[in-house]
Parts: sequence; C-alpha cells; structure tokens
Amino acid sequence: MKSAKQETVPIASSADVVMARQKVRQWALEMRFSLVDQTKLVTAASELARNALEHGKGGHMVIEQVENSVKSGLKLVFEDRGPGISDIEAALRDGYTTGGGMGLGLGGSKRLVNDFHIESEPGKGTRITVVRWK
Amino acid sequence: MERIPILRMGQFLLVTIQVDMHDRLAVQLQDDLTEKISECSSRGVLIDISTLEIVDSFIGRMLANIAAMARVLDAETVVVGMQPAVAITLVELGMSLSGVRTALNVESGMELLYELRGDFHSEMGG
Repeated sequence: MKSAKQETVPIASSADVVMARQKVRQWALEMRFSLVDQTKLVTAASELARNALEHGKGGHMVIEQVENSVKSGLKLVFEDRGPGISDIEAALRDGYTTGGGMGLGLGGSKRLVNDFHIESEPGKGTRITVVRWK
Repeated sequence: MERIPILRMGQFLLVTIQVDMHDRLAVQLQDDLTEKISECSSRGVLIDISTLEIVDSFIGRMLANIAAMARVLDAETVVVGMQPAVAITLVELGMSLSGVRTALNVESGMELLYELRGDFHSEMGG
C-alpha cells in the first residue's frame, strides 16, 4: 500500500468534528467516490472523531490517499490520548456504551468501511485505522 | 449563540436544518423545540433534513429524542426529505429510526401531520 499525500486534522472540540467531516468529504469528492461511498466515509469519520473527542479526550485524524496494485482508497487514522479501551470486543458490539450514546459508534462505523483496525492500550490511548476502497 | 430557527405555522412547528450541525447545536435544537411545543401548544412538528449530507448516530438520536419528547407533549413529529444515500448509510450504521415518522418531502409531510391529527378535512375546509 503506497500513499500519495496526507493531511492531519486536530480533534479538540465539537467544531473540529464538523471540520473532520468536511475534510473527509472534500478528499472523497476529489477521489471521485460515489455519493453513497462518500456518505458512508463521512458518517464513519463523524462517529470516530466524536469517539476520539468524547472518550479519548481529543486527538487527531490523519487522512491519506492509498493505493494497492488494483485500486485506490481513502485511509483515515484516528489517534487519541484517552484511557484506552480495555475490552475491544465489547466496544465493537452494537448497543455497548460507557458514555451516554447509543453504542453504535464503533460497530456502526466498522460496517461503513472496508478495513477496520483498532489498537488500544489502557492508559495510553487508542488508534483506529479505517480504509474505504473505491 | 448560533441557533436553528423554528417557524410556527398554525398548530404546527416547522424546522429546516440547513447547516452541518455540531453536537451542541443539535442538543440546543432539541431543547428549543420541546420548549416551543409546550409554549405554542403545537400539535405537530415537521423537520426538513433535505439539505443534510449525513445523519450520524448523534443526529439520529436527536431526531428520535425530539419525536419521543413531542409525543409525550401530545404532538406528532414527521422528518422529511432524507437523501437516499443518507438513508442507506443510516440503516447500515444500525439506526432505523423506528420511532420516527418520515415522509419524502415537505408537502407529503404536512399532509401526514394533518392526517395524524385526524382533522385533515376540517383544516382543508371540507
């Protein structure tokens, strides 16, 4: 997987979550994703950016255009400095929440992308990497 | 502070969401609408989301909350104009908005509100 270019967006306030959505939309438009794929990517970005803010005390998102031998895609990496996720399997289950939300953020956004990867260490933070291929 | 305007039309309230809402703005709208239903003794709420490019779980929850609170206050809520790509994404995300009534556009949404109140004919003068 080689990358062409990338951009980092800070996530420190709810206005930054809006900005993260708009940046992802812009990139997805430039890469000519279909409208449904754009909508899925932007929605997943919104969920994951909010998670980084609410549960992870903020962090940042890195947007990157990636390519493999046959196709191109958009990769988003969300990194926060929060308490980490102790039970990743439970966190991915629909309806599981430690906040006041619906518990759809992680499991839901996983369904909206093609690749989904979580790394988390209690006390250190969480890194979630997602890719949607064209 | 930034706010989404709520218009009063007879016994109904109308809201058109035309900005990419941050979370606090969505919560503010929920509070304002609940206040307004009670203040105006409104019988129905129509929310037009035709310009919204995404509905994530937070906005979905806000719509469900508004519908539930309105129902407790004896008002019906109809959400209109959801874009097809938004509907596909919302269901895949895991939200079917089962407690929220929907219509394709403002016109059929208004008809639905009159029907739900059971006074369609008297309102239309027939």
